[in-house]
Amino acid sequence: MRYLLISLVCLLPAFTYAGEATDMAADPVLEKRMIGLAENLRCLVCQNESLASSHADLAEDLRREVREQMQKGLSDQEIIDYLVSRYGDFVLYDPPVKKSTLVLWYGPFVLLLLGIGMLVYQLRKRKSQIAETALSDADAQRAAELLNETPALPNQPKDPQA
Amino acid sequence: MMRFLLPLVVFLIVATFMFVGLGLNPREVPSPLVGKAAPAFTLPQLHEPSKQFSPQDMKGKVWLFNVWASWCTACENEHPVFLELSRQNLVPIYGMDYKDKREDGEAWLRKHGNPYAMVVSDAEGRVGIDYGVYGVPETYVIDKQGVIQHKQIGAVTPKILNEKIIPLVKELQAK
Repeated sequence: MRYLLISLVCLLPAFTYAGEATDMAADPVLEKRMIGLAENLRCLVCQNESLASSHADLAEDLRREVREQMQKGLSDQEIIDYLVSRYGDFVLYDPPVKKSTLVLWYGPFVLLLLGIGMLVYQLRKRKSQIAETALSDADAQRAAELLNETPALPNQPKDPQA
Repeated sequence: MMRFLLPLVVFLIVATFMFVGLGLNPREVPSPLVGKAAPAFTLPQLHEPSKQFSPQDMKGKVWLFNVWASWCTACENEHPVFLELSRQNLVPIYGMDYKDKREDGEAWLRKHGNPYAMVVSDAEGRVGIDYGVYGVPETYVIDKQGVIQHKQIGAVTPKILNEKIIPLVKELQAK
């Protein structure tokens, strides 16, 4: 019992140290919400990293800002609007549909339709090029012979079912 | 004929897009703040922390707002441009020492010269966030009504100063 107490007392400095990272420890629910939101936002310094994963100084500041706004009771959408009003749509990984992003959103579908259109056009053209020709009797007989013929492959039983 | 022409046209279109994309600077993010009122703030001055500065004090004047820091190497490159501009007395330049220690900022200005009418200190970078600062240096041209008319991301070069900033300042001053 005494040893347990002593070891607990020994752990105390560790607890006080953990207290320094107040932001994280203060409210795990809020921290989770902040990270969830920040994962969908782009860090402006290292542009291919999310705000949640970036170690850039600015990303840390912005996470602090988001955290504080959450503590003030702002909704996720209000916080996103706040950041967009300062840094533009660029912070969003999910850009809104706008005049300037129309090509981004609908361009691929236009290309797909174009591709389908060209495919249909080509197929029709090819179809009209192939003329139906009747099979002569001799050819029909030869085709029937070829179809009846079972290829005699080596190492293969003729009738595996038997 | 069509067989060769069509792929060629497609290739040219793709090549044009790629060529234009090659020339774009991904660091230049269009600022949504251009055309909007400069965000209000009150910050202590760098040299006299007891005194404060706010952009409202500048109403009726065209001014430049330059965000810099002693830890920023690109700021050293653009600094001579501002020193020269301040000698011309065309437009007041206000500086903001961004995420920097007061001593470091003051020492930097002593070493490199001080082109600023006044410098404020944004030690925590909060005002920087309000201005959408994401890389230093950044420079804003603010008009008489306190509206941001231009945001320069990255160092101001003599070319940018002479071809963009000075003409804009003169135009705004004439209004």
